[in-house]
Amino acid sequence: MTSVADGGPVLEAAGLTVHYPVHRGPIGGRVVHALDDVTLTLHPGRIVAVVGESGSGKSTLARVLAMAQQPTAGSVRLSGQEVRLRSRRARREYASRVQLVLQDPFSSLNPLHRVRYLLARPLALHAGVRAEAELDRRIRGLLERVALTPAERFIDAYPHELSGGQRQRVAIARALAVRPDVILGDELVSMLDVSMRLEILNLLSGLRDEERLAMLYITHDIAAARYFTDEIAVMYAGEIVEYGPSEPVTQAPAHPYTKLLVGSSPDPGREPALDGDDDDLGEPPDLVAPPAGCRFHPRCPFVMAHCRVSAPPRVDVDAGRWARCWLLVDEVEPTPRQTT
Amino acid sequence: MNGDLLLDVDGLCVQYDMPGGAPLLAVSDVSFTLRRGEILGIAGESGSGKTTLITALLRLQRPPAVTVAGRARFFPRDGEPLDLLHADARTLRRLRWERIAVVFQSAMNALNPVQRLSSQFVDAVRAHRRVSKAEARRRAERMFELVGIPAGRMRDYPHELSGGMRQRATIALALVCEPDVVVMDEPTTAVDVVMQRQILRQIARLQREAGFAIIFITHDLSLLLEISHRIAIMYGGRIVESAPALALHRDPRHRYTVGLRDSFPPLRGPVPQLLGIPGTPPDLRRPLPGCSFAPRCAHSTADCEATVPPLQTEAERVYACIHPHRQAVEVQP
Amino acid sequence: MRVPGWLLPANTKARVGVAILACYVVVAVIGPWFVESVLGLHATGISNDALLPPSGAHPLGTTQEGQDVLAQLVVGTRSSLLVGVVAAAISTVLSVLIGLAAGYYGGFFDSTLNAVTNVFLVLPGLPLVIVLAGYLRGSGGPMAVALVIGLTGWAWGARTKRAQVLSLRNRDFVLNARLLGESDIRIMVREILPNLAPLISSTLMLAVVGSILAVSGLDFIGIGNIDSVTWGTMLYFAQSRQAIASGAWWWYIPPGLAITVLGAAAALVNFGIDEVVNPRLRVARRGRSRRSKNAVGAAAVRTAVGPDERQAS
Repeated sequence: MTSVADGGPVLEAAGLTVHYPVHRGPIGGRVVHALDDVTLTLHPGRIVAVVGESGSGKSTLARVLAMAQQPTAGSVRLSGQEVRLRSRRARREYASRVQLVLQDPFSSLNPLHRVRYLLARPLALHAGVRAEAELDRRIRGLLERVALTPAERFIDAYPHELSGGQRQRVAIARALAVRPDVILGDELVSMLDVSMRLEILNLLSGLRDEERLAMLYITHDIAAARYFTDEIAVMYAGEIVEYGPSEPVTQAPAHPYTKLLVGSSPDPGREPALDGDDDDLGEPPDLVAPPAGCRFHPRCPFVMAHCRVSAPPRVDVDAGRWARCWLLVDEVEPTPRQTT
Repeated sequence: MNGDLLLDVDGLCVQYDMPGGAPLLAVSDVSFTLRRGEILGIAGESGSGKTTLITALLRLQRPPAVTVAGRARFFPRDGEPLDLLHADARTLRRLRWERIAVVFQSAMNALNPVQRLSSQFVDAVRAHRRVSKAEARRRAERMFELVGIPAGRMRDYPHELSGGMRQRATIALALVCEPDVVVMDEPTTAVDVVMQRQILRQIARLQREAGFAIIFITHDLSLLLEISHRIAIMYGGRIVESAPALALHRDPRHRYTVGLRDSFPPLRGPVPQLLGIPGTPPDLRRPLPGCSFAPRCAHSTADCEATVPPLQTEAERVYACIHPHRQAVEVQP
Repeated sequence: MRVPGWLLPANTKARVGVAILACYVVVAVIGPWFVESVLGLHATGISNDALLPPSGAHPLGTTQEGQDVLAQLVVGTRSSLLVGVVAAAISTVLSVLIGLAAGYYGGFFDSTLNAVTNVFLVLPGLPLVIVLAGYLRGSGGPMAVALVIGLTGWAWGARTKRAQVLSLRNRDFVLNARLLGESDIRIMVREILPNLAPLISSTLMLAVVGSILAVSGLDFIGIGNIDSVTWGTMLYFAQSRQAIASGAWWWYIPPGLAITVLGAAAALVNFGIDEVVNPRLRVARRGRSRRSKNAVGAAAVRTAVGPDERQAS
């Protein structure tokens, strides 16, 4: 593991923008606004959760940070240096410090390779380990770190012989093989059985505490984010609308969308409130032609005239906490939804 | 829920015939009742048998799945009770959709992509009722409004609607013949959390107004706790616990239920250190002589592994555990 | 000779097919020697025993020129099989290379290769082969014919493999390999190609049979090398020497049967080849249970007392 100056960020996204061109009909020049001006930093020993619905841009963010995709604008900095991957060697060096683990444990492991091969490749490519004995030792060590023991049971298994949770642990072990500084996880547990999710979350938590890894954890489950991550970034329509430490963001959300997310998540602890107001909460935003002004305004219960016209700025709510909302700027009493 | 008895399932067993070997017991000795207007939630993870249970009840299972034992009596408002498992094909066809409707997982992808929604609805209605096209369309429009889709969208093709709308459309399609029971298999898994709440609200409202019963199947126990009257937990092909929703959440008995309940990180209150449930789901091809949860249970003993625990009744609940969990009486403010 | 367990598919049909193919291979390898040295029968020597029906001395009779038909059949097996396998190998290798490269790289490269593939697809296969083979006029021997057949028959396979590669290319494990810094060649060979193997193997058998049919067809028309002894040339001579009219069934039925049975064996092997190549299927032996039939309308309920359910809806 390359040493990183304590306290300094290890991976930063600055003003990341990703627009995909859309070819539809004779009118050209339309784009899908997947990400717009996203800024985020990752520090060693801290996990940042990115929470949002599908289409919010969170997966795109992970892919750009992993350099699997080129941003349309903005930059990615690793240990302060801007990242420009021109050669395969540069790409390999980047991969030895930043690893992406994907959602689907069924397709992220080649079904025709045994676990031994899957873990040996990154060791050979990045750590230069090729001797049989050393490879074997390192592979066993990796399996132990992700609690896949006894190693004999797993080392020669094919992916289809393992459960979803075990497969995901192999994927994490593969990422750990290169001794990265950063792990980016995209919905790591959504495809797993509920009772197996916690073992993965606890594993990630342990990696943060013991190995001081920096992590980005993408999820749509805000309760899981609150459980083990340090900070939460809430994304909507390609932008970060709220950011802050996990506990305050979930317990006292500042942005109306965060309030909506928290309110919609299943929470057996509260009184069953399914007979609430049946107001239409609107449709997910159209990313080709996002709403003008604040992108959330069509669905916001506190919308004001201002919100329809101009996009809100970043407003600091607290130390290390901010949100993009006109409500926080005007300090006006939120008025109920105005019908046009 | 004290409505009349609507469905009475007794000792249902479904197995998958495996070539050259012992059959895979997907559903073993499942019994439950459903009353009119009741919402029954069935929770279980992959391999628990919950989907097989439903397809077997409706006789929709495909070979090599075979129902080998059991009875499933349906009590229509008028007429004699029918045994679903032994009814002839014509009776079944009448029952399906009119009395018992199903919404499958990703049903929104089962809408015919080359047919407008309106014609799909009209087809469905006219297949079961002798009404004119105009009347059928009126009913369809009413259903659409009930689930919150503007009637003007009826002339759209499925791909022109968002995922959430399509799922609501399939729910409307299931309700268009005003059935007695609606079976929903993971109806909200494919939509976002906000849309999920919206859909659940609408289902709850429709249920209050029309009074149909719901069998709601999902792996998300926390969701069931908010919508169901009763919850049944399935594991390894059996129902291991069944209780009123609130009682199940606050004071579960079966160890698997405890583990499942504690696998959901809470959104409010203190953040405990959660462990989930260690181990892996049972291999239904090699069923154990005793409790199928015993290998993963911290409280299992030799007795647990010897024979399958019988179902015990306690007030309004049943559970199959000889070392059940008992909580000290607590008061939640 | 112990055959490795994984080589024998559990499927009965496939086992029969493999057994038949094995016989052909054995005949092709030692047959000519055996027939010459041990049985003393000659395929090409002209003798006076013209058009003799099968007998002790000539188990399959003789041709118009007194050549032994069995000897010809055996020698023909070797040359037909060889041409078929070589031609199939050439066309398969070409289709894999082109399909893999086009599917993986995409973009301009893909478009160019696609255009080339389309040209070859559109070219009428058999007339092209006839023209080329006729141009060669037997020079270069059977290998030249194999080359021609291989070079004209790869286009369809390339199309299907490209489609498969396109879908594999977007799988997460390929993305992972790329992010890890694996070279493109390594990804194509070690990640994608093994997943392509079921497709390759299932078309390989058919390619072999198709090539043998093509060669035999060429020889039958008389465009191949008529001096060589193959099943096709046997049929050519049988036809031109009026074997059917003479009622010399022993001359034209054996080669025809040899081709047909080989085709059937290849088709049978296809049933089991998936299992050999795909480790996931090795665990689940044998296909569906014989009892599974699609129940229409209402699935059967097997209970001690219960009405019969098989009613079409």
